[in-house]
Amino acid sequence: MEHKFIVSDPEKCTGCRICELVCSAVKEGRFNPLFSRIRTIHIEPLENMAVACRLCENPKCVKSCPRKALKIDEKTGVILVDEQRCDGCRWCMEACEFGVIFVHKDRKISTVCDLCQLNPKCVDFCPKEALKLMTGEELGQKMRKRAFEKLVETSEAGITQKTS
Amino acid sequence: MFGYAGKILYVDLGRKETKTALIENGFCEKYIGGNGFAIRLLYDSTKPGIEPFDPENALVFAVGPFAGTITPASGKYIVQAKSPLTGFMGESVSSGMWGPALKRAGYDAVVIKGKAEVPTYLFIDDDNVHFRDAKNLWGQDSVETSHMIVEDIGDENVSVAAIGPAGEKLVRFANITNDRFRQAGRTGMGAVMGSKNLKAVAVRGTKTIEVHNLDKLMEVCHDLNEQCQGPGGEFYRKWGTPGMVLIMNHLAALPTRNYQRATFELAENISGEHIIGHYAPKALSCVGCPIACDHIPVIEGGPYTGTVASVDFETIYALGSECGIGYYPAIAKATDLCDRLGIDTMSTGVTVGWAMECYERGLLTKVDTGGIELTFGSHEALIEVIKKIAHREGVGNLLAEGVKRASEKVGKGSEHFAMHNKGLELPGYDVRSMKASALGFMTSTRGGCHLRSLTPDLDRGGKIDRFKGDKSYGKIVMDREDLLAVVDSLMLCKFIRRVFFTFDKFSELYRLVTGIDMTVDKLQKTGERIYNLEKAYNIREGWTRKDDHPPPRIMKEPIPDGVAKGSVLTEQEFEMMLNAYFEARGWSSDGLPQKQKLIELGLEDVAEDLGV
Repeated sequence: MEHKFIVSDPEKCTGCRICELVCSAVKEGRFNPLFSRIRTIHIEPLENMAVACRLCENPKCVKSCPRKALKIDEKTGVILVDEQRCDGCRWCMEACEFGVIFVHKDRKISTVCDLCQLNPKCVDFCPKEALKLMTGEELGQKMRKRAFEKLVETSEAGITQKTS
Repeated sequence: MFGYAGKILYVDLGRKETKTALIENGFCEKYIGGNGFAIRLLYDSTKPGIEPFDPENALVFAVGPFAGTITPASGKYIVQAKSPLTGFMGESVSSGMWGPALKRAGYDAVVIKGKAEVPTYLFIDDDNVHFRDAKNLWGQDSVETSHMIVEDIGDENVSVAAIGPAGEKLVRFANITNDRFRQAGRTGMGAVMGSKNLKAVAVRGTKTIEVHNLDKLMEVCHDLNEQCQGPGGEFYRKWGTPGMVLIMNHLAALPTRNYQRATFELAENISGEHIIGHYAPKALSCVGCPIACDHIPVIEGGPYTGTVASVDFETIYALGSECGIGYYPAIAKATDLCDRLGIDTMSTGVTVGWAMECYERGLLTKVDTGGIELTFGSHEALIEVIKKIAHREGVGNLLAEGVKRASEKVGKGSEHFAMHNKGLELPGYDVRSMKASALGFMTSTRGGCHLRSLTPDLDRGGKIDRFKGDKSYGKIVMDREDLLAVVDSLMLCKFIRRVFFTFDKFSELYRLVTGIDMTVDKLQKTGERIYNLEKAYNIREGWTRKDDHPPPRIMKEPIPDGVAKGSVLTEQEFEMMLNAYFEARGWSSDGLPQKQKLIELGLEDVAEDLGV
């Protein structure tokens, strides 16, 4: 089965950072965005999106770990951290191209999104439905549909009319 | 402590010293946070009769108990100081990221006194507070200042509240900008910063906020967030505040050309409907807000192409209809200039609108304006004058004093149409046909303001006759002021008011976050306490009954146009409402809180200070 991961839609994201607060609350029982497994990025002046682990098929974080502390969960595809082996060296942080694995500032070990048993609370709370849990195929469908919608919008006569 | 950081930071800029004080549950219960904390700290930290630009004037920043938690739209912060614009309590609220950052740095409030020897910015880095050289920032605009500081520190989690050149030049309505688009705009708090040689306050907070009952709080807030996506949040979600433009225009209550008319023939062009339809603006949220009221356009084409600005209803009124300007890209450009240079768009627009009327009446000449054709509708003139105000050049030096002082200087009857209360330029609702607002705006402790009692909701709600003053408004305004004093102390955004806005809900959220049991009665009493303390502060600084009066035009000139044609606020009507208000408050007919009332509210020391 294809793995699901959290997708953020920058066209919908308003930069409210509720996902960060929710993640911190659910995973740590308190509020601190620095504990959040999902992080928002803002590019001035108007662009926002959130990003969490992409569940890479061939994750560099796992390959890079000098202590073999990281592995892929076969069932869900999330990255599992062996807390005994991890020594917080941050090598995985340098390997990850998305900045979504980090060393927890209190626990001092690598920390990454685990999708909350495939029921991520950040997705549940996102007020603008900018966050979705989906497979690569579902993401592809969404993007194809959006591209087509834009084409229809910009086409004066309307493509569907022409072809029908 | 739950919810609260539990600490107040005291900063002495002159001595470069800081200290902290712990806060206790008793203080929290008595003053809640935000507004309540700020006025108590301001009252206690300043000598009576202090000059606003005296180094010993206290500049107080405060956040609420919900900041940094999941509670919807609760991350605002408040700034208070004695106002250089009004001479009374200065107060302004902003949002964005700064408030939660301050809480996470470990503080519920910061009290800043003294004057730095050289331009300085404060960097509050959790427990470490640094006084940093701001020589290279002096003269920079507020947005650039913030960028430079973030770059200097090298951490994008740093949030910066900064002044522009106008604050440095002590423009009396200079503001403070944080997080690019958010301002503490009103009553000149940026000028107080400038007078202290304080260019910015940067905050990095890495600490954790714990709440009393997390599971229940998450459940309640999940529900509230969803409700914000329903009909209760629809207006702000869909249109943002610019949705008010056509509503007010239809009511003939959209002040136009300095209140010479109440409808604007170009209202369509500056309406929320036009902005959403024409610019497809991007919706942005403050931290923790599920609504995202701000719809920010990028202007394409014309002389102001490339402009990006957050333009709310009050700004559209002040820089638009009030100045007779119906060209939206120019309003956006003027807003961006005001934000960057560091002046309040509302005070700016109303002051320029007054100057345009003076110019058309020959009270200000082309010599006075330095060659600017300062006529209604000229956006080129508006933009030139904004730059002059911010730098106090030429006619800008006069206008930088605000409309009250400028009109006193120019004289020749121009005071008659200087649209302010207590020196604060009025918001965009013509109170000649909104009689509950006529009272609510004038009793506001920070000067003419719609946000102290949100009376425009009443006037346009259809349940009261907006054209007719009524004694019952005294008690109604009081109740709303007390409710909003609690809202501003919890530091919730008022745009959630159609979703949750009752003492009941506030009491529940407060208990879940802090663990402190605040009954509805206790909360209500706290709102009354905070408002009475603000009033007492103003009385201490010289307030008398006449300061609660509207400008003469409101009482002497009926609205000439639209469905409100002929409407005016009569003196008899206003005095009746003001008397009813003082009576409801338990104050004397001169508006002085009585000893009994102050003791009932636990303000014995204030009663003693006032000598009542």
